Amino acid sequence: MPQTNNKSQGLPPSSVEVKRLVTDTDRVSQLSELEKRLLNDYQRGFPLSPTPYAEIARELGASESEVLACLHALQERGMVGRVGPVFAPGRAGASTLAAIAVPAERLPSVARLINGYDEVNHNYEREHEFNLWFVVTAGSRGRVGEVLDEIRAATGLQLLDLPMEAHYHIDLGFPLWC
Amino acid sequence: MSTAARVSKDALEPAKGGLDAVDRGLIAATQAGLPLSPRPYHVLAAGLGVPAEEVMQRLQRMQAAGVIRRIGAVPNHYALGYRANGMSVWDVPDESVNELGRRVGALDFVSHCYHRPRHLPLWPYNLFAMVHGKSREEVEDKVARIAGLLGDANHGHTVLYSTRILKKMGLRIGT
Repeated sequence: MPQTNNKSQGLPPSSVEVKRLVTDTDRVSQLSELEKRLLNDYQRGFPLSPTPYAEIARELGASESEVLACLHALQERGMVGRVGPVFAPGRAGASTLAAIAVPAERLPSVARLINGYDEVNHNYEREHEFNLWFVVTAGSRGRVGEVLDEIRAATGLQLLDLPMEAHYHIDLGFPLWC
Repeated sequence: MSTAARVSKDALEPAKGGLDAVDRGLIAATQAGLPLSPRPYHVLAAGLGVPAEEVMQRLQRMQAAGVIRRIGAVPNHYALGYRANGMSVWDVPDESVNELGRRVGALDFVSHCYHRPRHLPLWPYNLFAMVHGKSREEVEDKVARIAGLLGDANHGHTVLYSTRILKKMGLRIGT
């Protein structure tokens, strides 16, 4: 049974938290060896050959249908978002990271307004005065600017426009069980 | 093979200015993932009206050009127990941001590292490093390692934890 952070505050964990922690531990411990290797070892280098899943199956000593069923099941359970190319930011079209400082009572309506744009592909709530952080991506910088101007005009709120000037990380995936 | 199966010249040489219409179609067709079927590139090829060989070559070329960073499984870190997602932001001297960014970006626990403009006086930070962990304590330990690496070049930093994901989908590009 994992310890919870609430212990240090002298509070018992709520039943909801206990359930969530147990669920996390179970979900990861219940992954099969094949699932773990697909998740950890194939975050890059997916074969560019006519039958890539068969190639992976050969490398893992499994069958092509097992690999396909496994990836499908991982997707169904929400553990893998997708299998495919990860595109570098700022290379296809134009994009920016924007932040807006929203009073708590206006958060639902402002979030709805922002999420309503097809150009917005990520929107995270974060703990800060600037509490909504979203990515605007469009075919041109002009359109990105229009979306930001519309959001500024519709909300009357302070907005930061923080386009990427350089990126320093070669994204090779993320070690999960190493 | 028929002429339709011939690989076009565009697939072999980068188009001037980057991506052509077929590349953009391929990006649109793969942003939600590759088909989970035995011959995924053939499925994409049929939809785009180009040979499967060309689909593979275009993906290869976009990867070599840096438009595609990697091709593979994209795990949902949150579902796998990485519940703490901290965006660490740093105020470092502009003249050394590239060198410092490269060093921070090389840390294996930093999943994204970017130089972004300041927005004074509201926003003094010019270097962003995303750190994931199973708990806030784990993220804080990693942030302390970044602070150690930056030393005196760190003029101030903070960590913005995400509390809710309100929208998340693959890359979209306008047409």
